[in-house]
Amino acid sequence: MSLARRIIPCLDTDGSRVVKGVQFVQLRDAGDPAELAARYNREGADELVVLDIAASRDHRPTFLETIRRVAAELAIPLSAGGGINTLEDGQAILRAGADKVTVNTAAIRRPALLTELSEEFGAQAVVLAIDARRDGDHWRAYVRGGHDATDLDAVAWAHEGVERGAGEILLTSMDRDGTRKGFDCELTAAVSGSVSVPVIASGGADTPQDFLDVFEKGKADAALAASIFHDNLQGFGALKRFLAERGVPMRVSA
Amino acid sequence: MKIALVEYGAGNLPSVERALARLGADTFRAPNPAALSGADAIILPGVGHFGALMRQLGEQGMIEPLRERISSGVPFLGICLGLQALFSASDEAPEDRGLGIYGGRVSALPPTAKLPHMGWNRLERQPGSRLLEGIPDDAYFYFANSFAALPGATGLANAEAALCDHGGRFVAIVENGSVCGVQFHPEKSGQAGARLLENFLRLAQVNAKNGNGGKSAGAAR
Repeated sequence: MSLARRIIPCLDTDGSRVVKGVQFVQLRDAGDPAELAARYNREGADELVVLDIAASRDHRPTFLETIRRVAAELAIPLSAGGGINTLEDGQAILRAGADKVTVNTAAIRRPALLTELSEEFGAQAVVLAIDARRDGDHWRAYVRGGHDATDLDAVAWAHEGVERGAGEILLTSMDRDGTRKGFDCELTAAVSGSVSVPVIASGGADTPQDFLDVFEKGKADAALAASIFHDNLQGFGALKRFLAERGVPMRVSA
Repeated sequence: MKIALVEYGAGNLPSVERALARLGADTFRAPNPAALSGADAIILPGVGHFGALMRQLGEQGMIEPLRERISSGVPFLGICLGLQALFSASDEAPEDRGLGIYGGRVSALPPTAKLPHMGWNRLERQPGSRLLEGIPDDAYFYFANSFAALPGATGLANAEAALCDHGGRFVAIVENGSVCGVQFHPEKSGQAGARLLENFLRLAQVNAKNGNGGKSAGAAR
C-alpha cells in the first residue's frame, strides 16, 4: 500500500477565463474554468490547480468568484493562487473554496508569509510555487510570473520554504514550460531530494513517457500539466493506466 | 432527517456541505449548543490544528454538548481533525484535551515518509464496515494529515474499521455503533468518498427511525 502519484491539471486564468501561453507569454483563451474543472473531475484528475496569472488587485473579486464556481464542480482537492501577498489574501482564497493556497512572489519577498499561513491554516494548506530556470550548474528562482530573476537558488529556496511552513512544493521548470519537451527530471529530483514534503513537477509535459520519467527519475509526488489536457491530447484514464501498468501507484478509477 | 455540520471556522465545511447537498441531504450549520439539539446526526468537519479546534469548540461552549450528544447515540461523523477530536489528546497540542470519547491519543506520523501525508491512499479493511459498504476494496481516498491515531488507540478491537499506511500504519476509519470518524476527506475523495458519505446518511437514517438515543454503543468510556 502506498500513496498514489497524482496527475494534476492546471488552469491558468486571467481571473475569469482559462488562458494559455508559451513560457509565460503569448496568452490565448482556452475556455471556462468551471466547465474544464467539471470535465477533469469527471475524467479522473486527482486534484486541480487554478492560478490567476494576471493577479492584479482590481480584479481579485472576479478570481474569488472563479474559485467558488470551480470548487462547486469538484469532488477532488483544489489549490489556488496568484497574487497572494498577505494572510488575508490567503484566507479569502480558502474561504472561496480552495483547500490549499499557492504563494510565489510574495513568499520570496517576505518568507515569513509562509509561516503565517502555515500557523493559521496548517502546512497541508500551504503550497510554495517556485518558477525555476537553469543558470549554469544550478537553477535560479524567478518571480512575477517569470519576469524577474532573484538571487535565490531554487533548490535551497525550496528547502527554506519548507522549513518556514510550506507543506508542498509546486515546481515549474521555466526552461520546459510550454515546450512539450518533457519535465525537467534533474531539477525535480534535486528539489524532491532536498525537501521532506511532496513535490509537484510542472512544465514540459507531452507524452505518457514524460510522466513516467518524472515519477521515476524526477522522484515527483505529483505531475502537473495544462495544455495537453485542455487540448485533449492526453486523457486521464489512458495516461493513468499507462503509468499503473508500469508500476507507478495510480488511482485509476474516479 | 437534519444533519448538523459543526461550524467553528473549518475550511472544509463548505466542501462537506456541497458533497452532502449532491446526495440530497438536509444539512444546517451548527455554531452553538442550541443548534445541536435539533440534529438527527452530527458531522464535525476539520482541517488544521488540534489545539486550535478544541479551544475554538470550548469558546463556543460545544465540548460538553458534543460529548453528551455523541454518548447518547446521535450518529456522529468526524472528518480528519474531526476524527482526531474523538480522542482524549494529541501530540500536536499536548496541553489541550480532546472530546475523550476514546481514551487513546493521536500521534505524529513517523517522519520516515514525506509529511504531510498528502494525496490518495488505499485502506486495509476490517470486515463488516458499514461506512465502506459497496466501495471497492482497492478504492483510494484523499488524505492530508501529519497526525493520526495509531492501531489500538481506540482500545476497542472492532472499532478500527480500516487502517492506512504511510511510513507506518494508522487508523483511517473508526466505527463504533453510531460513532464514526474518517482520517481522510470523503468530500474530496471522488465517487468513493461520495458513497461513504451516503453510507453514513443511511446509518443515520436507520438510527433516526429507531428513535435515536440511549441504545447505541456510543461512548467507549
